[in-house]
Amino acid sequence: MSPILEISDLSVAYRTPGGDVRAVEQVNLTLNAGEVVGLCGESGSGKSTLAYGATRLLRPPALVTSGSVRYAGRRITSGGDPVDLLTMNHRELRKMRWREIAIVFQSAMNALNPVLRVQDQLLDAVQAHLRLPRSEAREKVATLLDLVGIPRNRLRSYPHELSGGMRQRVMIAMALAADPEVVLMDEPTTALDVVVQRDILAQIVELKETLGFSVLFITHDLSLLLELADRIAVMYAGRLLETGTADAIMRSPAHPYTQGLLNSFPSLRGPRRELAGIPGSPPDLRDPQPGCPFIPRCTHAVAACAEVDMSLIPVSGRAEPLGPVPGVGHLTACPIVLPQGGAPQGGTAQGGAPKVSQEGVLS
Amino acid sequence: MSEPGLSVPASSLPDNDAVPAAGSSAAPAVNAAAEQVGEPAVVRSVAAARGPLALEAVDLNKVFQLGRGATLHAVRNVSFGLYRGAVVALVGESGSGKSTVAKLLAGQERPTSGRITLDGEPVNVHGNHAFRTYKSQVQYVFQDPFSSLNPVHTVGYALDRPVKLHQPEVKGGKAVTAAVNALLEQVRLTPAAQFVVKYPHELSGGQRQRVSFARALAARPTVLLADEPVSMLDVSIRLEMLNLLDDLRSRLSLALLYITHDIASARYFADEVLVMYGGQIVERGPAEEVTQNPAHPYTQLLIASAPDPDNLGSSLKSGNVTQGGAGAGRGANVGPAAEGCPFSTRCPLADDKCRRENPALQLLAPTRAAACWRLDEAASLQASGSI
Repeated sequence: MSPILEISDLSVAYRTPGGDVRAVEQVNLTLNAGEVVGLCGESGSGKSTLAYGATRLLRPPALVTSGSVRYAGRRITSGGDPVDLLTMNHRELRKMRWREIAIVFQSAMNALNPVLRVQDQLLDAVQAHLRLPRSEAREKVATLLDLVGIPRNRLRSYPHELSGGMRQRVMIAMALAADPEVVLMDEPTTALDVVVQRDILAQIVELKETLGFSVLFITHDLSLLLELADRIAVMYAGRLLETGTADAIMRSPAHPYTQGLLNSFPSLRGPRRELAGIPGSPPDLRDPQPGCPFIPRCTHAVAACAEVDMSLIPVSGRAEPLGPVPGVGHLTACPIVLPQGGAPQGGTAQGGAPKVSQEGVLS
Repeated sequence: MSEPGLSVPASSLPDNDAVPAAGSSAAPAVNAAAEQVGEPAVVRSVAAARGPLALEAVDLNKVFQLGRGATLHAVRNVSFGLYRGAVVALVGESGSGKSTVAKLLAGQERPTSGRITLDGEPVNVHGNHAFRTYKSQVQYVFQDPFSSLNPVHTVGYALDRPVKLHQPEVKGGKAVTAAVNALLEQVRLTPAAQFVVKYPHELSGGQRQRVSFARALAARPTVLLADEPVSMLDVSIRLEMLNLLDDLRSRLSLALLYITHDIASARYFADEVLVMYGGQIVERGPAEEVTQNPAHPYTQLLIASAPDPDNLGSSLKSGNVTQGGAGAGRGANVGPAAEGCPFSTRCPLADDKCRRENPALQLLAPTRAAACWRLDEAASLQASGSI
């Protein structure tokens, strides 16, 4: 695995008359080739801003104030160094977009043009980024629909004639039009019900395996990521609070916020347990307080939390912070609540026990 | 982005997703062939243990005319009761008719046939004084707190009006203000004075939904119909809202209908779960039993599809798409069947009888029922874990 997208030290601010809203603060995130990285956080945590900022899709008043986004796709770097997306000019960006990095936008209902047929919208995407004769472009559009499992007779449908799941599939097909290496997915299944959601997730994984792209999957639903993602980054108030493999996040969450998130969703299997959720609401980003932004909602907060510098430190206390592969280690921004090998404090969701009782109940 | 010229009158379509190919081909006239076969079972609701019957629906049917002679049978023979102090969850995918049921109960739509009773009195009113009384008894909480509050009015205004309308004994500006403040405190928006002057855009999603709850409570209802009250909110906030609803339910002894597509939250929150598919109830029973030992193949699919964090080495990551039962994987593109069992188009067990005859609810236990011809096979499928 080699890093394909390396976001380092990225900060994004929204300039407002009331002062800067620091939506993304010094975020480091690496996406390796063929990987699904989940970016999880509640609304307003800056996860979409991070993704759009890294791909230069933000407009003023948003401003990238620091950082670099190094991209190392096969086509771009065959015999060259990684390129920095943040220093590219418009022509270079145009070549990058869709061909290298594509996006599945949130809310397919609004992202598709209601007065154009599905076929024409897909054709637009294909012709904007690939130089193909018209007949080949049409064929390409049809194969794209095959790819996501929509019958070809839907080509001439308008978006409102499709169900929510089909619309989302069209969005995915559109993102795959130019065979990108990185696909950003911004809450692609949020408005869908669980059966359709599972269908689409399985399809994304299948397509990823066959076409070999990497996915940055943005959602507020951690339970989804635990199943889907290889690695998970938890974001809160513009900062990364914890990164690690799905397994590490699930079994030994290191940050109190992650622990709270894991304790927020009702589980279908296993014994019914009392759920606490996370009381309170996210902080106002216009007026950042020193130290950890989670202090007001944290049950472990102590005075020293106000001096935490929010850099990510390895959970296991290993000397080598990043491990053999960049960005793979289990890192947390909270030095106060560090699980030293064992389970963290508090009765948060832990694996293990539910498995047994699941079989017990179901059989 | 707005969609000028494309807005479909909400009343003419039961649910956006219910008509994947609106019009002629996919929505043939629902006819007598789809009528249920067999005597419907009389199920005792577990929710009855909590308190007296408040709102009851008996054999509700709703048929929408889609134009050009096409009809959509959105709700078919739905019967259930809401009891004071109890939560009944209505679970199903979009287009299953669950919101239509709530609209029928709220009086926003008239049932094509069937009967609704409130505290034993038949509800047969529209647009008169009795209807206003009914409305104050049966309140509705909408799914989307971002569009259900008027953006040009303050929170105070949104609560002021229902108080004046539904609490006639509260007279005078000061008394109304006090009532509004009390409502805000009830939904834990404190200090109340600070929230009264706010506009919806100044509030977070969770706070807005609290205002929606307060607005519903302003009418001092006995029944609260909550249509996906938390699905637009963040996961970390959902639980808090459900806990708040639960707290309100027990303090005010509300009869609560909780509509959701998240069956896991129904397990956590509800006493009884009704699973809807294609406009009819396909399974019902105590929440714990339905979620832990689903009898109907659709319920089984629903539960298999829910994200399972305990299942880390999941079928998703290994690219195994057929999770969700034999052939059920790609079934979501197929609408409910117009004839026979509505789930027969997606059911791995469907046979000729399923495609021909629509099963009525059969009693499995005094408090449980499912509508399926092949419950034994479904049970063994469930036990073997292949769904």
